[in-house]
Amino acid sequence: MNSILLHIAARFLSWPLLIVSIWILYRGHNLPGGGFIGGLLAAAGFLLYDLSGHGRPDRGFFSLSPFFFLPLGLGLAVFSTLPGMLGAGTFMQGVWLPAFELPLLGSIHLGTPLIFDIGVWFAVIGFILLLNGTLAGEEPS
Amino acid sequence: MNDLLLISPILLPLLLLIGCLASSRHERRSSVISLVGTAVLLAACSVLLFKVSTHGTLTLAVGGWMPPFGIVLVADLLSVLMLWISALVGLVVLIYGINVGSAGTRPGHVYVLIQGLLLGVNGSFLTGDLFNLYVWFEVMLISSFILMVRERRKKQLAGGLTYVILNLLASAMFLCGAGMLYGKLGTLNLADMAVKLSSVGDPEFVNTTGALLFVAFAAKAGLFPFHFWLPASYHHAGPATSALFAGLLTKVGVYALLRIFTLVFTAENGFSSTLILYLSMATMLIGVLGAVAQYNVRRLLAFHIISQIGYMTAGLALGTHLALTAVVFYILHHIAVKSTLFLVGGVLEMKTGTADIRRHGGFYQSQPLLAFCFLVPAFSLGGIPPLSGFWAKLNLLQAGVQSGEWLFLAMALGVGILTLFSMVKIWNESFWKAQPSTSDGQPNTSDLPLARGKPYLAMLLLCALTLVFSLGGYFVFELSARAAANLADPTLYINAVMKGVTP
Repeated sequence: MNSILLHIAARFLSWPLLIVSIWILYRGHNLPGGGFIGGLLAAAGFLLYDLSGHGRPDRGFFSLSPFFFLPLGLGLAVFSTLPGMLGAGTFMQGVWLPAFELPLLGSIHLGTPLIFDIGVWFAVIGFILLLNGTLAGEEPS
Repeated sequence: MNDLLLISPILLPLLLLIGCLASSRHERRSSVISLVGTAVLLAACSVLLFKVSTHGTLTLAVGGWMPPFGIVLVADLLSVLMLWISALVGLVVLIYGINVGSAGTRPGHVYVLIQGLLLGVNGSFLTGDLFNLYVWFEVMLISSFILMVRERRKKQLAGGLTYVILNLLASAMFLCGAGMLYGKLGTLNLADMAVKLSSVGDPEFVNTTGALLFVAFAAKAGLFPFHFWLPASYHHAGPATSALFAGLLTKVGVYALLRIFTLVFTAENGFSSTLILYLSMATMLIGVLGAVAQYNVRRLLAFHIISQIGYMTAGLALGTHLALTAVVFYILHHIAVKSTLFLVGGVLEMKTGTADIRRHGGFYQSQPLLAFCFLVPAFSLGGIPPLSGFWAKLNLLQAGVQSGEWLFLAMALGVGILTLFSMVKIWNESFWKAQPSTSDGQPNTSDLPLARGKPYLAMLLLCALTLVFSLGGYFVFELSARAAANLADPTLYINAVMKGVTP
């Protein structure tokens, strides 16, 4: 497929998709969204790059291999389960930093459930990339 | 500290999976990570076993969500016994060499899948939540399916497809049953479910959902008439992989049956277990008849799994304390014995290049050590005293006498003789008779790679375990009796889970 429109558009759409996916990832704790859906959106950014004829770039975020994302995502998710055990809590119990205000973004809540979601986000990206590569007939390295 | 210990059988395989995934390009590194990590897992499970056997059942409400709302992990004596032996089998299979005798395209990825399998198995043993059990079953199914077909041979794919389709059907039944139970009772926590189901007073509902779950677990366990996937698929997987499957996969089904049908669907709650007894007897007979007719060594052994599963579920159907004790003992004995036999079968296949035992021969003379590794588990499986199979069968038969199930008694004895017969068949064909020559006058040999030391170390370890179960039978029997006491009295489990929570 060699559409010049898609070719140009992909360059401008991939990054916004990634940013939207991060926003969806963040709001997902109490609203629709989260790591899984965010990860799918981000993976759409990757695929758009791939399918529009650019091929995967040599450098930068969009060049990373599924075998970078998968262990990273799973590792983050596992890591997020542990801080709960340090205090009085238990395995997988959420630990939150005190909320703080940021201009434009409002009240920010950071905690281990967010780390878990980020892990899921990475893992989903890795999974979709692996799936895409396998369907396209590439041997994963 | 207890929390970390209790979660480690799930956390460790997950961490190892990530480690192996990150280094999947380097087979050697993955194998070392896997081996060392699984040894640590075995150590953790041993500590957990010691702790639970001295301090009683441990529970962990994941995320601090108290039962019946959150997922709760429960380690009672049965769970930790199963965890311990599955970690041991995992370690032994890794020592044997998971890639030995198979030509997978990506050797490094195997270790990821092995850890995934252990993760699913351990999760199933620990969880106290019906839906969570379903999730662990799926983790196990996916890992085992890919392990089974990873060499991409046509026969493997055919067997693997049967395996995955029948197991997915079973999973659908499981989901239906779980959905109905959740709709009626509003809970997925097993302990809470047991309490609420006793006050439902609707035997039709109890028996319908019970039957759905029974079919689901029976298919995983390989019970007649849901056993077809097992002899179709196991012998096509690599030798070490099939030993792991033989040891663990069906036993997870048996564990789930034991757990759910002593805790939730009991006679007091209106569930009728007569059907389980008759299906078990049919399973015993059909499995062993299949084995008698077979000449493919690992396929023959696969049919034996089915037949032996029948003994275990028959004990569950009898339901007395002695019967449940015998079942727990039987499971432990069977895992050790069956994994050894599959490993030996794998060596036979690799040495001769064929699975057909009619073309084997002379191994007693050429490989006395291998003959020893076969004799111990084979005699144990056949129930020759003083090996572990004898104690397992003796107790089960005693339980049968106590319950007055004479048909079961006759069946168990008859199937025992046929079991011994088919073990003797392998012995005669592969070990005793002279090595046959092929048409061009050359003896059968194979060019498949087989390391010299490690596979034998693995088989001897499992033989030693069988001997421990045999000679230390009293100690193991005592542990089994205590695990069975927990099963026979569901209030113990319920109180351990719901402590400090008002229903």
